[in-house]
Amino acid sequence: MKFGVVVFPGSNCDHDTYHVISKVIGQPVDFIWHRQDNLSDYDAIILPGGFAYGDYLRTGAIARFSPVMGAVKQFASRGGIVLGICNGFQILCEAGLLPGALLRNDKLKFVCKHVNIRVETTDTPFTLRCQRGQTLSVPIAHGDGNYFCDEQTLDELRRENRIIFRYSDARGLITPEANPNGSLDSIAGICNRERNVLGLMPHPERASEEILSSADGRIIFYSLADTLAELAKAS
Amino acid sequence: MPSRISIVPRDSSRIEQNRSRMKARVYVTLKPSVLDPQGKAIHHAVEGIGYHGITDVRQGKYFEVAVDGSLSPDEARAEVERIARDVLSNPVIEDYRVELDSSTEA
Repeated sequence: MKFGVVVFPGSNCDHDTYHVISKVIGQPVDFIWHRQDNLSDYDAIILPGGFAYGDYLRTGAIARFSPVMGAVKQFASRGGIVLGICNGFQILCEAGLLPGALLRNDKLKFVCKHVNIRVETTDTPFTLRCQRGQTLSVPIAHGDGNYFCDEQTLDELRRENRIIFRYSDARGLITPEANPNGSLDSIAGICNRERNVLGLMPHPERASEEILSSADGRIIFYSLADTLAELAKAS
Repeated sequence: MPSRISIVPRDSSRIEQNRSRMKARVYVTLKPSVLDPQGKAIHHAVEGIGYHGITDVRQGKYFEVAVDGSLSPDEARAEVERIARDVLSNPVIEDYRVELDSSTEA
């Protein structure tokens, strides 16, 4: 099993993500330059945080035209595991791999702090090691994390159990105060209908070691590693 | 990891021939259903300064797109419409409007 971390011009969480996969959960991982258009060597692709192409025009708007994104779409359509973190989430939405869009934070401020997110379902390759209702303390660092979609899409996300993380307080209560950016329905992360593509605004890779004040985020990477191990066994 | 940039040598006669003949204006605006906290902040500021009678401000984006003379006005409009739809706007949150400025035609 092998992870790939895509590097766009302007990615800045690529090394953190690579570090967590290689050193914390101990799995093989490569950097993938955004001009690469073949992902056949990989079992899971991560689009890391940052400001790809300076986030000019809109966040993720230029990055989605990178050669690698055609390959990511193909990879995802064949059931490959794709995780978008922060800017990676924004790129997945722009690319149409996830519904909705990330708007400017409602208070217009770049918010950089630890928040709590509640795990809404364990029925994904990204959360299978979690408990439903468990809260994770993970940092956010974004100016455009205000999740938005139309009502029909929101109904669909709810009905299909595709809201994976919601901003909550430390006890797991969803309150307006715990919502750091105005996201619709306190949404912090969603997946696609097939459940193999997940995007979330918080940074689990920045909270995967005790020395960083929280190691809650690594359960997502461990879940992924478990999924890949299962897939490898099955094939 | 450096990206490769190719420099195309300039051919002045070609540039002359393809000199921009038309300009298109593209307006990208948030859909009415999408909240616009930036517009709201501007509105508050405008009121605070003392301007009267302003009921709302919505912020959008404006693009000037130069089109070379090899395209007819209809083709140019169609091309810019495509760019506006596929690149300049995000259909989830934004609408766009294209105006072709024929006054810059030679």
